[in-house]
Amino acid sequence: MSALAWLIPAALSLGLIGLAAFLWALYDGQFDDLEGAGWRVIEDGEPAHSDLPKPSVDGKADGQH
Amino acid sequence: METIVVPGLISGAAPAAADRDVSTTVTTTLAVPNMMCGGCLRTIEQALQSTPGVGAARANLSSRRVMVTFQSPQTDAPELVNVLKAAGFSSAELFETSAPAQTSFASGLLPRVGVAGFAAANIMLLSVSVWSGHASDMDSSVATLFHWISALIALPAIAYAAQPFFTSAIAALRGRRLNMDVPISLGVILATAMSLFQTLRGSDQVYFDAAVTLVFFLLIGRTLDERMRTKSRGAAENLLSLKATAATVIGADGNARQIQARAVVPGMQMLVAAGERIAADGIVTAGRSEIDEGLITGETLPRLVNPGDRVHAGTVNGGAPLHVDATSCDDNTLLAEIARLMLAGEQSRGRYVRLADRAAKLYAPAVHILGLTTFAGWMLAGAGWEQALTYAIAVLIITCPCALALAVPAVQVAATSRLFGQGIIVKAADGLERLAEVDTIVFDKTGTLTAGELRLRSDCSVADEVFVAAARIAVSSRHPYAQALVRAARDRGWAIEPRAGVREVAGSGLAVLSAAGEERLGSAAWVDVADARRNEASLWYAQPGSEPVGFSFEDHLRPDAAATVAALRLAGYDVEVLSGDRPDAVEQTARAAGFDRWQGGARPDAKLRRLDDLKAQGWHTLMVGDGLIDAPALATAHASLSPATAVDISQNAADAVFQGERLGPVVETLKVAKAAHRMALQNFAIAILYNIAFVPLAMSGRVTPLVAALAMSTSSILVTANAIRLRTMTLTLVPVRRSGGEETCRL
Repeated sequence: MSALAWLIPAALSLGLIGLAAFLWALYDGQFDDLEGAGWRVIEDGEPAHSDLPKPSVDGKADGQH
Repeated sequence: METIVVPGLISGAAPAAADRDVSTTVTTTLAVPNMMCGGCLRTIEQALQSTPGVGAARANLSSRRVMVTFQSPQTDAPELVNVLKAAGFSSAELFETSAPAQTSFASGLLPRVGVAGFAAANIMLLSVSVWSGHASDMDSSVATLFHWISALIALPAIAYAAQPFFTSAIAALRGRRLNMDVPISLGVILATAMSLFQTLRGSDQVYFDAAVTLVFFLLIGRTLDERMRTKSRGAAENLLSLKATAATVIGADGNARQIQARAVVPGMQMLVAAGERIAADGIVTAGRSEIDEGLITGETLPRLVNPGDRVHAGTVNGGAPLHVDATSCDDNTLLAEIARLMLAGEQSRGRYVRLADRAAKLYAPAVHILGLTTFAGWMLAGAGWEQALTYAIAVLIITCPCALALAVPAVQVAATSRLFGQGIIVKAADGLERLAEVDTIVFDKTGTLTAGELRLRSDCSVADEVFVAAARIAVSSRHPYAQALVRAARDRGWAIEPRAGVREVAGSGLAVLSAAGEERLGSAAWVDVADARRNEASLWYAQPGSEPVGFSFEDHLRPDAAATVAALRLAGYDVEVLSGDRPDAVEQTARAAGFDRWQGGARPDAKLRRLDDLKAQGWHTLMVGDGLIDAPALATAHASLSPATAVDISQNAADAVFQGERLGPVVETLKVAKAAHRMALQNFAIAILYNIAFVPLAMSGRVTPLVAALAMSTSSILVTANAIRLRTMTLTLVPVRRSGGEETCRL
């Protein structure tokens, strides 16, 4: 029965990690656009854009103007 | 659908903001209803991001919106709408009717669902171990340990996840009512408290798993319901945004700039170009023009306005540019009257008691009486109070209306999403239930039965070359008659080149000088038609030295109006037309659509009186209308529908909004509403059968925690599965059962 002493905490903490991951995803807006997210995966080119305004990146892309 | 941005500021009037050098970052949301796929999403984001001044653009395909961050003086929302228009998308700045926070998942029930799900899964894991331990060699100390761990998970989980039920139950009890949440809360609280007590005693009758699973299932039902409602509300807001108008206002410095219509405040000077929608109520200060008030009064003919006349928001300027002083809505305007009538209408409709609450009214007392009877019975039979209480709580858990509380929401979600797929947005929470009870349907004419667009009558017998000559003059006017004439000419395949030197006199007509004299196109008085012939046509054209010819127009019916009316009548619905338009125009349309009852020239209060009459006779009326004067009627009728082209007040008042050219969605909505009602009753039957099977077991003390868990899950899954069938079922319009008074001579 000593196995229970670590099996139960292990099972519960795995569950808690799952719950924490779900809540993080929820508050991070991962579920905000379920239809669009599917399309973005198969999109070519640049990766998805951020919600925040990007700082200007003059000349950084190719090193010169 | 069209974009709402009005092109063409007066020349030389650059936006005043351009000479400011302070740059502020602004975030705005644009509604883009025709964003349909991943391709659109990418096109929209790229179009916006390549616009100077735009920092970031993130499109949301589920809500059909784009969030844009931009630098304020460099670009503005109307400019972004133009960018999207160039990319092929109609869009508008979002017109929010609710707090934006409500559209986000995180603020809703989902976190609670997550917590309840975690708790339910882990407690069930422990419970299954205990149940299988009965059959093997688990000793009681381990079972007690498992119960304690369950308690540790269940107590905080229930305290957090079941809050929506508790608050709703408390609110109901405060109002001295019973809703479904009262027995749910009581069941959950008693089961938890009793289980805690039994855990302390080291007994087997522990129901933590049942309590938490119950909360989990119910939360899933509520979440689906809430999501569907949020989606509907979002779609309705998107539609309204497209209709919201931009206004051109003249600042103190004399510069014109475009702002959103709702930002117009009394005292602002608005410039309304020909063909523009007037953004706010006001008084004309300069200019003379004709105003199309079709959406407000249902009248298809424009009204002549001069300086000093009052104009209403939502009407369209058909003639020359106008300067309008925005005024507040004073008490004797049409709008104020409509607002007052709407308020009265909503009050007279009263609080509709929803199906689930009606069921709860019968169900909740029954549950509590059964629980009490069990307790009293076992006490009398000589069992100790502990055992009696345990059995009584088993009864409460078994009867806890898991299936019953899911019965209606599950059906509503299936029905609403089926209608949503067909472009019908059900907004009112109890809208479907009220729609299912309808037996009489009252239609508005202009914009509802008809498409709201004038068309030349097919019996026009004007010679071709005269017709072309008239159309060449008409093409320079925005008057609805002139435009209808040009459309008719183009439909016949003629190229229409505008004539030079056409002069327009608002309220009268058009004139152009030719070698032979003056050609005139316009009203009978303008063209100087003999009095005897004046009623023959609505638009006249005269060439010098020849007899005037007349053109007649009609507002054409929606393509399937007659078929829809026939289908409704076949199913036994009473249908009639109630319109604010001229009686002869109403009669003509009503006959063409197959009505045998109609009433024209009805003002808003007359419409209300008619609805009150019908109500007094015991009918449940569905009002279908789009105009501003229909808004009070929409709010008063038992249920209401409006097309997506309706004015915003009417769309807000209606229970559901349908999109598209056709009238068929009226039939579809009624079909689904009735099917949803049937399904809800079926689900109640399933829930009651389940209770009949298990309540005697519980009362006789034979229910173990294992039986309770199995029984509850099975019944919940059964009602949900039954509801899901509604999404794909083929439906026919079931004949209506007339519940009203006897057929008397009406109208």
